[in-house]
Amino acid sequence: MNSIQTQTEAERPAASPAPLTVQGLSVAYQKKPVLRNVSFEAREGELIGVIGPNGAGKSTLMKAALGLIPSLGGEVKVYGKPYKQQRKLIGYVPQRESVDWDFPTNALDVVLMGRYGHLGWFRRPGAKEKAIAMEALGKVGMADFAGRQISQLSGGQQQRVFLARALAQDARLYFMDEPFAGVDAATEKAIITLLQELKLQGKTVIVVHHDLATVQDYFDSVLLLNVELQAYGPTEQTFTQQNLQRTYGGRLAFLDRSLPSQPPGGGGGE
Amino acid sequence: MDQIWSMLSDPNMQWIFLGCTLLGLSSGVIGCFSYLRKQSLMGDTLAHAALPGICIAFMLTGVKSIGLFLIGAGAAGLIATFGIGYITRHSRLKQDAAMGIVLSGFFGLGIVLLTLIQHGDYGNQSGLDKFLFGQAASMIGSDVLTMSIVCALLITACTLLFKQFKIISFDPGFARGIGYPVAFLEQLLMLLIVVAVVAGIQAVGVVLVAALLITPAVSARYWTDRLGLMVVLSGLFGAASGAVGTWISASVSNLPTGPVTVLAATLLFGVSVLFGPKRGLVAKRLMRRKVKQRFNRESDPLAQSHVKKKEAAL
Repeated sequence: MNSIQTQTEAERPAASPAPLTVQGLSVAYQKKPVLRNVSFEAREGELIGVIGPNGAGKSTLMKAALGLIPSLGGEVKVYGKPYKQQRKLIGYVPQRESVDWDFPTNALDVVLMGRYGHLGWFRRPGAKEKAIAMEALGKVGMADFAGRQISQLSGGQQQRVFLARALAQDARLYFMDEPFAGVDAATEKAIITLLQELKLQGKTVIVVHHDLATVQDYFDSVLLLNVELQAYGPTEQTFTQQNLQRTYGGRLAFLDRSLPSQPPGGGGGE
Repeated sequence: MDQIWSMLSDPNMQWIFLGCTLLGLSSGVIGCFSYLRKQSLMGDTLAHAALPGICIAFMLTGVKSIGLFLIGAGAAGLIATFGIGYITRHSRLKQDAAMGIVLSGFFGLGIVLLTLIQHGDYGNQSGLDKFLFGQAASMIGSDVLTMSIVCALLITACTLLFKQFKIISFDPGFARGIGYPVAFLEQLLMLLIVVAVVAGIQAVGVVLVAALLITPAVSARYWTDRLGLMVVLSGLFGAASGAVGTWISASVSNLPTGPVTVLAATLLFGVSVLFGPKRGLVAKRLMRRKVKQRFNRESDPLAQSHVKKKEAAL
């Protein structure tokens, strides 16, 4: 694990700083540490999956990196500067369950919220913002639902509205908190297409992910987390049975045959 | 009809009428956001917390003035919200329980202070107990002026910060992510609610003032799926309740304005629950019946052919 970190450190070209650098990040709720001394560096233009068991601190890592929750210590830099100065470069897709979908608003209006960060304090979104929002809705295949009250959308459609809102933010670094959770096949496909497109545009996307079976298909790099960072690096070398065993401990029900063959052992003795 | 005009020709009545309408309007507008933020009970807590604040402001200065009471009530409301925040953060209690504790604690203190004032020798303390249930009839020109300023302030704030209040009501996490000072905006919204509550206490009283925040907002939600329209409707419903409340209490002798205003708002709520398009009970019933009829019609030929097959088999 350490060797991977030092390797990325060395690889970094001095001229262009990495999209995200996390150094020694720790977070605790009450007295319980949820995240302990996590350090990693995201490479530009990669799709990065954050994997770990429930309560491993995946969402917490994302929220702390975004400055949504206070951290005990550590440093987060976005393109070489504190995230507070770089907010316009960051797009965020929270968990779908985090809001009340019975709110009196429609799909287009939610997507327009992605433009608020670019608007002045008292300015209302105008024609230009609406055009950007409609384009974003089109990209996730939701253009026909622009005027639909959000509670009338299916779970997958709601998730796509959230993605469209992040697209409308026109960011360079995206954080997505379980975008695949509980969505239909059409939405899953739409999200994956979108992720690929973002990657082609050179954007960096960090995704909290639950479905181990799709990790190898979706992500360039994978970050295994269980309170502490367990492993981080290119999916091929990092998404191994040994690393998963260490991350999930005895709780791992998923022992896929398609994993890179490596002698079981090491963390298996728990 | 003549009665309305004769009532409105009385200058005293005009003040009360105007005051109650403005109060309903501003409470309705600001109430939308507290309802959507699932803090309907916050208004009630702030109102009850205002009582000791008003009493202490009076005990310290010996003056009865809306401006001073606003400061006292505002300070008490602030302490109450911090109290609720502290309890929810540092105990296992949920917010509703914390609000219940703070609300009754402050109200108890308020009643004790009110009794102390009543038995003290301030000379001008009479009328302070009217804050419990309100007395719109005691409103005078200067009160209505204060009310107008408060109303203009609330509506201006909600118009200018509509975008901000919308996003912190819908998705505060995202709002924080794009750099909005969510904690500041939440405190500001709370402050505006305190202002609305304190402005309403004189007319409607500590016990009922929260109704003007909640009821028009909930009623408006039944008529629209758009926040902008909901806020406008809620303001209009509140204003109409205030106007109707004043009118009824003026035409029927000795009916108190505040409670009648609240009843008018509740009646509007009843109408909304029944007849709101899409969400209303009647609309839902009709929709169900339509779906059922269509289902029956579509499945009918199938059923008939099924019966025929059975007959043929026999």
